Amino acid sequence: MSISGKMKPGAGMTEYNFAYLDEQTKRMIRRAILKALAIPGYQVPFASREMPMPYGWGTGGVQVTAACLVPEDRLKVIDQGADDTTNAVSIRKFFEKTAGVATTEETARASLIQTRHRIPETPLTGDQVLVYQVPIPEPLRFLEPRETETRKMHSLEEYGLMHVKLYEDISRHGAISTAYAYPVKVEGRYVMDPSPIPKFDNPKLSDCPAIQLFGAGREQRIYALPPYTKVVSLDFEDHPFEASKADQDCALCGSATSYLDEVIVDDAGGRMFVCSDTDYCRARRAAGHVGAQGVPHEEAGA
Amino acid sequence: MYVAVKGGERAIEAAHGWLAEERRGDVAVPELSVAQIRAQMALAVNRVMAEGSLYDPDLAALAIKQARGDLIEAIFLMRAYRTTLPRFGASEPVETGAMRCDRRISATFKDAPGGQVLGPTFDYTHRLLDFALAAEGETPPAPEAVAAQRAMPHVMGYLDREGLMEGAGAGDAVPPDMTRQPMELPACRALRLQALARGDEGFLLGLAYSTQRGYARNHAFVAELRIGAVAVEMEIPELGVSVELGEVVLTECETVNQFTGSKTEPPQFTRGYGLVFGQTERKAISMALVDRALRWRELGEEDEGAPAQDEEFVLMHADNIQATGFLEHIKLPHYVDFQSELELIRKLRREAGAGREAAE
Repeated sequence: MSISGKMKPGAGMTEYNFAYLDEQTKRMIRRAILKALAIPGYQVPFASREMPMPYGWGTGGVQVTAACLVPEDRLKVIDQGADDTTNAVSIRKFFEKTAGVATTEETARASLIQTRHRIPETPLTGDQVLVYQVPIPEPLRFLEPRETETRKMHSLEEYGLMHVKLYEDISRHGAISTAYAYPVKVEGRYVMDPSPIPKFDNPKLSDCPAIQLFGAGREQRIYALPPYTKVVSLDFEDHPFEASKADQDCALCGSATSYLDEVIVDDAGGRMFVCSDTDYCRARRAAGHVGAQGVPHEEAGA
Repeated sequence: MYVAVKGGERAIEAAHGWLAEERRGDVAVPELSVAQIRAQMALAVNRVMAEGSLYDPDLAALAIKQARGDLIEAIFLMRAYRTTLPRFGASEPVETGAMRCDRRISATFKDAPGGQVLGPTFDYTHRLLDFALAAEGETPPAPEAVAAQRAMPHVMGYLDREGLMEGAGAGDAVPPDMTRQPMELPACRALRLQALARGDEGFLLGLAYSTQRGYARNHAFVAELRIGAVAVEMEIPELGVSVELGEVVLTECETVNQFTGSKTEPPQFTRGYGLVFGQTERKAISMALVDRALRWRELGEEDEGAPAQDEEFVLMHADNIQATGFLEHIKLPHYVDFQSELELIRKLRREAGAGREAAE
């Protein structure tokens, strides 16, 4: 996150500053990021700008990425764990155009990863920054619609409402009925929305060597988890948190531990399960792992 | 063998190509020029400038052309462009009392100094489709008269002089700037008015209408509605004088609302205020009504729990660019989250089934 100065992008779009945003705006965002890192899990208001893509499509993540990028960065963008989902393609192309940075699909080779709805399966390192796109940053929002109230609740550490909600889930359904955007507590202080990642990904938030930044453009909030922050998914002693996934192995690479997408493959409603993290699945197949319906890697590539 | 779906990039490019073709439409029909849109779709241009928060009729016309006439999409194009513009400084407050009015009406007085000027209004037209326009005939010139060179002071000033109006309130010397600071609630009136001025016309119309139908009723009289050009001046610090940069056309609406008085205030009229770029009077009147409804707290009125009284509800949902983006984002893939919901519902159903069997 060093100062990039008035550098022009490598390819095209010379009418815009490096990574689209002007330096004053980036400085404002960096200040918000630093504050967020200093108070893990606290939502820092920032003067979100109008971006050339719609609100709700990753404008918060894009602004955080733009403020962090330097020309030496290697960027990876994923949506639903995949590099080639349409919105991931669109955001990656935006930064190729406006910042001219190198891009990659390989998690291990990326210095900055912008994500929507997933944390990569490959463990992150201390040299990496993970930027999350956040639609609704407030974990208490659906319990209390007013921002003026929820800010008060955070400042007073008044999270009883959330525990009552989780308890009511259990009494009604026998389990906590939140499958994604599962609330967490950060360093024993702030309750935080981890963005709509499946709860399977929640354990990866904690004790992570990488910097994790969360940007919500429309809601004008940035929050962060500095490296090795303790992040606990909310639960009860007699109903402990459970990171769940489909009880299957990946049909292509055979992984029994990665998060799986369910794909409908024929008119009869036949299903197969494949890794949601496309880079992870590709790398496993390249290393010789073959799932029940997979074929060896070279053949698939031919 | 199953091969994972690929080709997002190619699909996007092809979609953009098709879109460009559809935008142009039938090539046997002459292309619409930006100048034509600016001149003949002026009210659409005005709306795009107002809600795009950028006064530039040429760019607004271009945005309408590019957006295929989808005005919210055009507003979005303007906003995205606006955010990249450098900011040299702030103008002096414009003097709407010195407006060169094309239209100026008061509903509260039969006549007032400066007169009632209808201007180019739809108001008394009969809404009959004019098939002559389909024949592309030229419009005969409207009759003209020499404009009276008389001042048009604000009608509100006359009520003010009698002391019947509440004071206008001093306000902060430097109002907050919602495009440079995150929205903080509760908001001061200056900030509320900023948000309303760029808010969605339809949303504000609905809210204003709801106040007329009894949801926080504050019966409003249009003391004055004026539309016309005002000079924009900026003080140049190096010169120490104000320099006129140009003109903008504005619509200003001031409403007079009843108020019975409180412990500290004698009975007096209260104000609602609307100010919008361009000829946009539906929006300006709506804005004035919503502004007045939002002032319940400072005026010591009752909170009726009406939507138009709820500052957070109004301000957080008035921006159509925020709203349309978030609404439409549900088109994006959500299959990872949906998958986790699938797993959960299957698990809950299994457990519910097991519970029933055990009970039988």
